[in-house]
Amino acid sequence: MRRETPQRLADYGPLFFPAMMLIVFFVVPFATMIAVSFFQRQQGGFYVPAFELSNYQRFLSLFFANVLGFSLMLAIAVAICCVVLAIPFTYLLTRMARKVQIIWLVALLSVLSLSEVIIGFAWSTLFSRTAGITNLLVMAGLMSEAKALLPSFGAVLTGMVYQAFPYTVLVLYPALVRLDPTLTEAARTLGASPIKAFFTVVVPALRNTITATLIMVFIFALGSYLLPQLLGRPQHWTLSVLITDQAIYQSNMPFAAAMAVFLVLVTLGLVALTVIAGRKGEAA
Amino acid sequence: MTSALSKVYFFLIGLFMALPMIVVAGVSVNAKQTLAFPPKGFSLSWYGEIFLNPEWRNALLASLTLAILSAALAVAIALPLAWFLWRRIAPWANIFQLLGVAPFTLPPVITALGLLTFWATTGFYGQPWTAVVSHAIFFVTLPLVTLSLGFTAIDRSLVEAAATMGADDKTIFRTVVLPLILPYIVSGYAFAFVLSLNEYIVAYMTVGFIMETLPIKIFNALRYGYTPTMASVTILFVVTAAVIFSLVARFGDLPKLLGAMSSDDT
Repeated sequence: MRRETPQRLADYGPLFFPAMMLIVFFVVPFATMIAVSFFQRQQGGFYVPAFELSNYQRFLSLFFANVLGFSLMLAIAVAICCVVLAIPFTYLLTRMARKVQIIWLVALLSVLSLSEVIIGFAWSTLFSRTAGITNLLVMAGLMSEAKALLPSFGAVLTGMVYQAFPYTVLVLYPALVRLDPTLTEAARTLGASPIKAFFTVVVPALRNTITATLIMVFIFALGSYLLPQLLGRPQHWTLSVLITDQAIYQSNMPFAAAMAVFLVLVTLGLVALTVIAGRKGEAA
Repeated sequence: MTSALSKVYFFLIGLFMALPMIVVAGVSVNAKQTLAFPPKGFSLSWYGEIFLNPEWRNALLASLTLAILSAALAVAIALPLAWFLWRRIAPWANIFQLLGVAPFTLPPVITALGLLTFWATTGFYGQPWTAVVSHAIFFVTLPLVTLSLGFTAIDRSLVEAAATMGADDKTIFRTVVLPLILPYIVSGYAFAFVLSLNEYIVAYMTVGFIMETLPIKIFNALRYGYTPTMASVTILFVVTAAVIFSLVARFGDLPKLLGAMSSDDT
């Protein structure tokens, strides 16, 4: 059957239920959130309709600038770490036997599907004094006494790289698996070492994929709402943590909504900037 | 890259991925209620605790119910949409594809907060079914992506043959399309199910004050006092995810689902 344009109204029938669900339960809530961001907060966690800019004015503070700066810096650091680790890994993975690939993919998917609560719990155990990795080092005689490695920036970064690494591999996988193997073969025939062939042929051929992956991992890392809280100090809190905190523990929905709107704008803005920069780079 | 070097690299990545789970598995078999590794003594009682302790059992049941229902609803939203986009030429309908992918692409806190304000405004806040709808919308992306992939894999001449023989749309869907798309329905359901089981923030913001799912229970236990049951539940989750994804790989083509070409081409 060829694809046809819908002719009768009934042809649109299948679209009705999905369209209704997505509009009512995604578009409307999104709009509600934008509306609430202008509302006025009342004592006791309630809010009343109003048109206030005060929720947004709170962004113009040094505290908020620091949180935003730290969130962006952390997400960029996570994205770079993950992409640097994942490119050689995914490249080698796609060159392996299909059965081996499946085992790795199942393992990566299992880690990826883990809740942030679980990842946070697992790493806080691993970095703890009583049950942590330092106990193994003590057993091996490398350290004299076990100690806690958290809360610290290193712990936050490690936890977030752990969370985002499987995602990075799965984003890179389709592009790398379709990469023409004759490219590297040609480089090898001409005398390049495998490592040189990888850096001079594979990496340049994937420039656009790498940029796209960096953006996707960056957005993914921006969304991390628990790990900075569980593994770091208050100065390591990100915008996502702050939104959760305001919405749930401070019961300040209008401010939380304003920050969420801001987070969407920052995310979309950075994506747009990178896409524009990428186009210019190609044209040059 | 030389093969010895790549083996070392894979070993290190594997260790990085497995290490937290090894330590948590170790903690989960402690004999007493201590957070210790290497474990002191050996006991599987913390696994029994998940099913015997009414609080943990209720959380497990709540999580399972939520995941079963919300994954089904996600598939029910994604299937007609993916079918319509494949069957009809309607460029403007692609906006719904975009809407279906958005909740999963944006930072989760945004979707969660949007749904929280929505349920609070409409007055349904705290009803258990709102969590089902919320998860279905949040995870609709997964069946939508697998189903779109599945539809592009269907040979249109098969469908054309059925149409020439006089079958109408309904008959074609039931006898030709559905059997071909079934593996993708199952894998889309499986992805949504596993992720719903693990999801914390959307569940917490919609029904967190009324009921506890397992991730919420773990988080509360993390805040208010440690128990090794958290570790045993974590291991249960990892094993469940691994079993489900292995089944998807066993009965479907996992590399293809994740974007590789089918095994016949390679």
